[in-house]
Amino acid sequence: MWKDLLVERRSKETLNALFFFALLLLFVFQFAVGPDRERLAGTLPGLLWLGFILTGLLGLGRTFVVERENDCWEALRLAPGDKSAIYVGKLAGNLLLMLVVEAILVALFGVFFNLDLAGVLPALAVVIGLGTVAFAAVGTLFAAMTAQVRARELLFPVLLLPVQAPVLLATVKATEAVLLGEPLGSVAHWLKLLAAADVIFVAVGVLTFDFVLEG
Amino acid sequence: MRVVGGVTLVALAAGLVMAFGVAPREMTQGNVQRIMYLHVPSVWVAYLAFAVVLVASIVYLARGLEGADRLAHASAEVGVLFTGLTIATGSIWGKPTWGTWWTWDARLTSVSILFVMYLGYLLLRGMIEDPDQGARYAAVLGIVAAFNIPLVHFSVYWWRTLHQPPSLMKPGPGTMPGVIVAALMVNFVAFSLLYVYFVAKRARLLRREAEAAA
Repeated sequence: MWKDLLVERRSKETLNALFFFALLLLFVFQFAVGPDRERLAGTLPGLLWLGFILTGLLGLGRTFVVERENDCWEALRLAPGDKSAIYVGKLAGNLLLMLVVEAILVALFGVFFNLDLAGVLPALAVVIGLGTVAFAAVGTLFAAMTAQVRARELLFPVLLLPVQAPVLLATVKATEAVLLGEPLGSVAHWLKLLAAADVIFVAVGVLTFDFVLEG
Repeated sequence: MRVVGGVTLVALAAGLVMAFGVAPREMTQGNVQRIMYLHVPSVWVAYLAFAVVLVASIVYLARGLEGADRLAHASAEVGVLFTGLTIATGSIWGKPTWGTWWTWDARLTSVSILFVMYLGYLLLRGMIEDPDQGARYAAVLGIVAAFNIPLVHFSVYWWRTLHQPPSLMKPGPGTMPGVIVAALMVNFVAFSLLYVYFVAKRARLLRREAEAAA
């Protein structure tokens, strides 16, 4: 993990590109929805998560590309010790990357769509955090699986999006409630679902990563 | 194999007789309701198939039996087929009953999510050339997808039904007359047999393919 973060800090390759991509998404969303304030308020939670997903797909899809391009895949396979440690490391790296991008995106949303987010920020952070863990857990696992496939850019989102459907429903609904200023207790069932998804996906990832890396 | 096929054929014929001949015409929905005798067993087979995918995937990863991998593959294909059948028969029923082919009702949505999830599974299988690698990746995906099913159900249920009461599709077993239940049971058995037959056929075909390639 530290190696990935170090590489990322030195090159800032992914982060810069993702930041720029997030900015472009804001333009697209603005064009798509138009200046109508009320319509914007209704679609905002969905748009926010659409932004997270699209940047996440791009970011997570690249998880193992560095290894593949530099022929380090073999080294990862042969590395002594528990393979699941590699998964946890990659997951932590992805999580950090996504959270940074998401924080930037939220700030941009606040500025460009003229929202007052200060009051709901802690609640929003809880929802985003829980949703991002589930997203990154499956994303990291699938990224490893699709890294070796020819049509990797195509297959990765096609596999990830259906699996993420319940997480997305939960996050969008919870975000909607939070943005309306409702307390977290009113969306407790969604948060429990997200927490369950986090636990299940991370556990499956840790347990099966060994088999993914074998080939 | 032949025997299973024959029994399945007889059971399917009996199911059709029960559905169209013996079962009474439903009072409010009319003959349209008879599609339930295909629809409900289809969705049962779909869930059965995905459960088999889960078990076979775990067995494959734990033991490395190639037979388990072929079983998972065959079962996933049949499961997708029957999920498709469920959606198709549901649409045909929904058009005259609800007045629309499709609505984002809770159950429709969750079944359609399952459909795309396992289509992705088959897509992954098709795209990986190395059979050993493909089998392992597919097994991992089969496990993730199966654990996702309850999440899909809860999320879609809350998403839709927190705001509106459960829709028409709530036929409580207690309210159904015995004949209808009997007709439904015959079709359940027939469809389950059909599932076994399809999966056995497909798994054998996969084995032949593997042998031919080797």
